Amino acid sequence: MGDITDAIRCALHDHARLAVNIADLGEESDLYRAGLSSHASVSLMLALEERFDIEFPERMLRRGAFASIAAIRANVRELIGADA
Amino acid sequence: MTQVLATDDIVATAQAIGTGIAGPAADAVDSEGRFPREAIDALRDARMLGAFVPHELGGRGASISDLAAVCETLGRSCASTAMIYAMHQIQVACLVHHGHGSAFFRDYLAGIARHEWLLASGTSEVGTGGELRRSLCAVVYEGASLRVGKRTPVISYGEEADAVLLTARRGPAAAPSDQVLVLLTKGDMCLTRTGEWDALGMRGTRSLGFSLDAVASPEQVLPDPFADIATRTMIPMSHVLWSSLWLGLASDAVARAHAFIRSAARQTPGSAPPGALRLAEAVADLASLRATVQGGLADFERRAHDPGALDDLGFAIGMNSLKSTAARLAPHIVAQALATCGISGYRNGTPYSVGRHLRDAYSAALMVNNDRLLAANAHLLLVHKGD
Repeated sequence: MGDITDAIRCALHDHARLAVNIADLGEESDLYRAGLSSHASVSLMLALEERFDIEFPERMLRRGAFASIAAIRANVRELIGADA
Repeated sequence: MTQVLATDDIVATAQAIGTGIAGPAADAVDSEGRFPREAIDALRDARMLGAFVPHELGGRGASISDLAAVCETLGRSCASTAMIYAMHQIQVACLVHHGHGSAFFRDYLAGIARHEWLLASGTSEVGTGGELRRSLCAVVYEGASLRVGKRTPVISYGEEADAVLLTARRGPAAAPSDQVLVLLTKGDMCLTRTGEWDALGMRGTRSLGFSLDAVASPEQVLPDPFADIATRTMIPMSHVLWSSLWLGLASDAVARAHAFIRSAARQTPGSAPPGALRLAEAVADLASLRATVQGGLADFERRAHDPGALDDLGFAIGMNSLKSTAARLAPHIVAQALATCGISGYRNGTPYSVGRHLRDAYSAALMVNNDRLLAANAHLLLVHKGD
């Protein structure tokens, strides 16, 4: 659980190109308000797919699914669980 | 005036205005580079500007298909008039879909139905490189009012519009992509002209550059984030309505080419005129364009009331594909019509002239550049899995 969150924060740091410090983001902070563009969100999705060896299905490729660290984690956990 | 007309009357009205007013004025609008005043006044008098406002707010409750049919119909007569109508309805749709929860916007929509106000788009900005989803300017709250200033390379018919929907950052500290959409009425803003509009085509749209300064009320900011407004309404509505009017434009060019070939064939019975093959190609490509537009329109209408379905990546890719395909086919088809008509099409002022059509059609690939849409799709396809 902590590992997943750390990996998400790491991916945000490397790919999200946010205007804020990743460490300052809360679990529910709105990533789009923090400056996440749709272009950067694609890079973020790709990095997470590679890191967790998952593929986000079509229904998760929506704005809401990547709106916060908590939302991303819920999706990643669902996919890891489904693969296990 | 309060009579509610059936939806097929909207298209019939557009047809009457197109053939009776917009078409006859189209060459003068084009050569003088002036606003198609007579056509827009006729649309206003026929209650066509408030057509998309729901019945309960006094409008005609038109559907997206109705608007697409109107744009196609007007596009046959005068592409500038059709584009002004399309851009206006795109703004109205943003208010209908994203402002219905606000008393201010419900009142304003009722005002559009009552007064037939003309709305323009203020999304472009000097320094953003044409990116819709990035703003430099920001809304600044000062006491009970809001202040915003923007340098826009283009506001089409900005001087003629009653209001402008403007994108800006949510506040001075907001990220460039954290945008809101603000409704600014003529009385709220000061527009200083910074650029002229003497263009190859679409000369009636009067797409001048401006420096805009406005003071408004905070309630004039649409409650939904612009990210949602753009994805769910502004972008799909733009791509569907623009493609529809380009379809109309191309249809008229093909109709002129067809008339030319029929006339030529009557003079040489027994042998097909030399341009007949080009006409056959144009007719085939026009059918492809029509199918593409109808497919995109049907997909948008199917999803229109389901925000989740509008947020699908596949839908965004489909809408970008629709626009880029229509914008590629339209000038190609018009060029085939020109090849069919030969010198009679090349010369201005004949029943077969398609010079204006060709110049207008070349704008399609440039307004939201096709390369930008293809690059966006190339990027989205990296994660899209298909249906």
